[in-house]
Amino acid sequence: MEVPDVKQSWPNSINEVTIGATKEGGGTRSHAITVGGTRTLPFLYFEGNIPHRPVIAMEVWDIAPTDWPEELGKYFSDVWDDPGKWAKKCVDEFEADFICLRLQGCDPDGENKGSHEAAQAVERVLKSVAVPLIIWGCGNDEKDNEIFPACSQTAAGERCLLGTITEDNYKTLVALCKADKHKLIAESPVDINIAKQVNVLATDIGLAPEDIVIYPSTGALGYGMEYVYSIMERGRIAGLSGDKMWAMPLLADIGREVWKVKEAIAPEEEVPGWGDHIQRGPLWETITGLVYLQAGTDIFIMWHPKAVKELKKYIDSLMKKNSRKN
Amino acid sequence: MALTGLQIYKLLPKTNCGDCNLPTCMAFAMQVAAKKVSLDQCPHVSEEAKAQLAEASAPPMKLVSIGSDENKLEIGQETVLFRHKEKFYHPTGVAILVEDALANDELDKEINSINRLKFTRVGEEIGINLVALQHKSTSAEDYAKLAEKITEKTSFPLILVCQNLSIIKSALEAIADKRPLIYSANRENFDKMASLAKQYNCPLAVSVESQEELVDLTQSIKKIGVDDLVLNPGIKKTGDTLENLTKLRRLAVEKVFRPLGYPTIVFTNEEDPFQEVIQASTYVCKYANIVVVKAKDTWQLLPLLTVRQNIYTDPQVPNAVEPKLYEIGAVTPDSPVIVTTNFSLTYFTVESEVGNSKVPTYISVVETEGMGVLNAYAGDKWSAEKIAKTLEQQKVREKVNHNTIIIPGLVAVFRAELIDEFGWNILVGPEEAARIPSFLKNEWKPAGKK
Repeated sequence: MEVPDVKQSWPNSINEVTIGATKEGGGTRSHAITVGGTRTLPFLYFEGNIPHRPVIAMEVWDIAPTDWPEELGKYFSDVWDDPGKWAKKCVDEFEADFICLRLQGCDPDGENKGSHEAAQAVERVLKSVAVPLIIWGCGNDEKDNEIFPACSQTAAGERCLLGTITEDNYKTLVALCKADKHKLIAESPVDINIAKQVNVLATDIGLAPEDIVIYPSTGALGYGMEYVYSIMERGRIAGLSGDKMWAMPLLADIGREVWKVKEAIAPEEEVPGWGDHIQRGPLWETITGLVYLQAGTDIFIMWHPKAVKELKKYIDSLMKKNSRKN
Repeated sequence: MALTGLQIYKLLPKTNCGDCNLPTCMAFAMQVAAKKVSLDQCPHVSEEAKAQLAEASAPPMKLVSIGSDENKLEIGQETVLFRHKEKFYHPTGVAILVEDALANDELDKEINSINRLKFTRVGEEIGINLVALQHKSTSAEDYAKLAEKITEKTSFPLILVCQNLSIIKSALEAIADKRPLIYSANRENFDKMASLAKQYNCPLAVSVESQEELVDLTQSIKKIGVDDLVLNPGIKKTGDTLENLTKLRRLAVEKVFRPLGYPTIVFTNEEDPFQEVIQASTYVCKYANIVVVKAKDTWQLLPLLTVRQNIYTDPQVPNAVEPKLYEIGAVTPDSPVIVTTNFSLTYFTVESEVGNSKVPTYISVVETEGMGVLNAYAGDKWSAEKIAKTLEQQKVREKVNHNTIIIPGLVAVFRAELIDEFGWNILVGPEEAARIPSFLKNEWKPAGKK
């Protein structure tokens, strides 16, 4: 009996987005990273090629965190007084594909650092490591609009991935991105329509769709992950089916979400029967990443070296040899 | 795949006799298609038509049940590729692999640790579902004894992992009434395995590498009279298994390809404890109906079972917790009271942050029909008046000896009205749950004693 063919053919492919510029590209990075380009659902090689490997950025702050769990302090507390050293450790020791610098120190509710200091942190990281860079603001719209011009200019030509723009706040970053040749992270609050709307707004004022990565918010495993999972699946199917405003690579901000939930942090004394938290924490982060990988995520931002290592190992095992490596 | 009204009409006598209480056969057919009336309502319909309709309306993937009592596991009967299209119905069964070569006291230890593999999350108990007894070296008699022992000491149905007929037969003689899953029929043994499955009325797994062979085997086994089948597409690398599971699910639910319209079983083959959980979690997301793991540590099973819980959550039902006054930690009359919505995600995020703060706290959950803070506000699902009413019903005035209520920062607008309605001080909390710990430690101060 003949078995029916279940291969699906998709009319559209996901945009390729390149982050980081080498000397030839007008920057100083040792290499660039390209994500996207696929014309199939995750890892279905019988259906289409997956030209670029999903990548993992490790997170670095412009200040020493006071609320990171001890399990992470163990790896980073010797370097987190200096974002440059911190980034270098992530790249040299923990083999991060690239770095996400989060300008947490600029948060007006926190240390409230100014644009000059933010730009200095960007410069420190750019000088300390040669990999491409994500620059993520403090999350306060007004403050981000104030600090990003200096940061963007400091990194002009480096083709960084800047974030984030939202439905209500996108004009400043879009202008900077166009002027200084960066890429943008478009954020939306677990909402498939708003995710699209941000892209419509940004492209309406001249941003190229190929300069956008979609960040539909992230929930940790056990904390609303399935909502984001389904939005990513729906969105990716829409993108492959021809919706140009959903044909962008996807980003998941894993570390920040995972390392505040008790499943990742609580020692066994506090949660009897949950097992060793030294293993459980990084595994929680790894598995959160894995599930988003299955929904189509192209870029991961992660915290724990072991989680990064394990997810990378798994991604490598899924990548076929004919695909180009980043 | 259900038949259309027109297809059903063709199976009817087309006499418009009205005996079904509908004016025409066509009207009747439409009602049957809409599942509003049953085909039995027509006294004249032929047996052949009934059989055809039953066949056509059978679910595209068979429901298979393993085990005998209240702990039986039902798998299969899935209808979609993506949870957002409808939902996933029968959560992936997680089976723990146990080898028969264990000494007696080791087995007891193993059984004890297996019995501990359950957790409570989001108010729901999640646990493993099956024990897979792998035959390696024991005699038929000892294997049967082991199977018996496991069914006595645990409540989990068994998977008998053994290709040897006489050993399987010996185990079935001992525990067939518990309806274990026989793993597995293959190219060489399928007719005899199927006969055993039939004789003892047990479900049977079918294991071959290629889809074409799988079709041949399921067809042959069905002819022998066994239809409670579970498919194993071979034990391969994660990527290959992912593709195979995807193809099988698409064949079953999209193509309604009956010869492969059965649930699936896969085994992990990663040795590393992290990679094994990664592999198993992949199969939970993408289409395994049973996944057999070697992992037995709680720190491995908790994330795996949480993946299953998340993926199998019904996306159509608003995820809500019971609206009541929750006590987090060792609360006293001095503890703060935080108001939030009954959207599960909101509630559990707040609960988690309150837990992190280590400040014992009351969380007053208001019925908002499963909507989050802002959605509920925009949709008029909660108001100052409703919060005040809820606080009264939950007897908050009697529980604490201060008179301060903390409301979410996103609905600071409720403050003035809530002061009027409830008469207490209203403290506006943070907009982000992540700030709750610092808020409770630094900013929360009882604004006055009664």
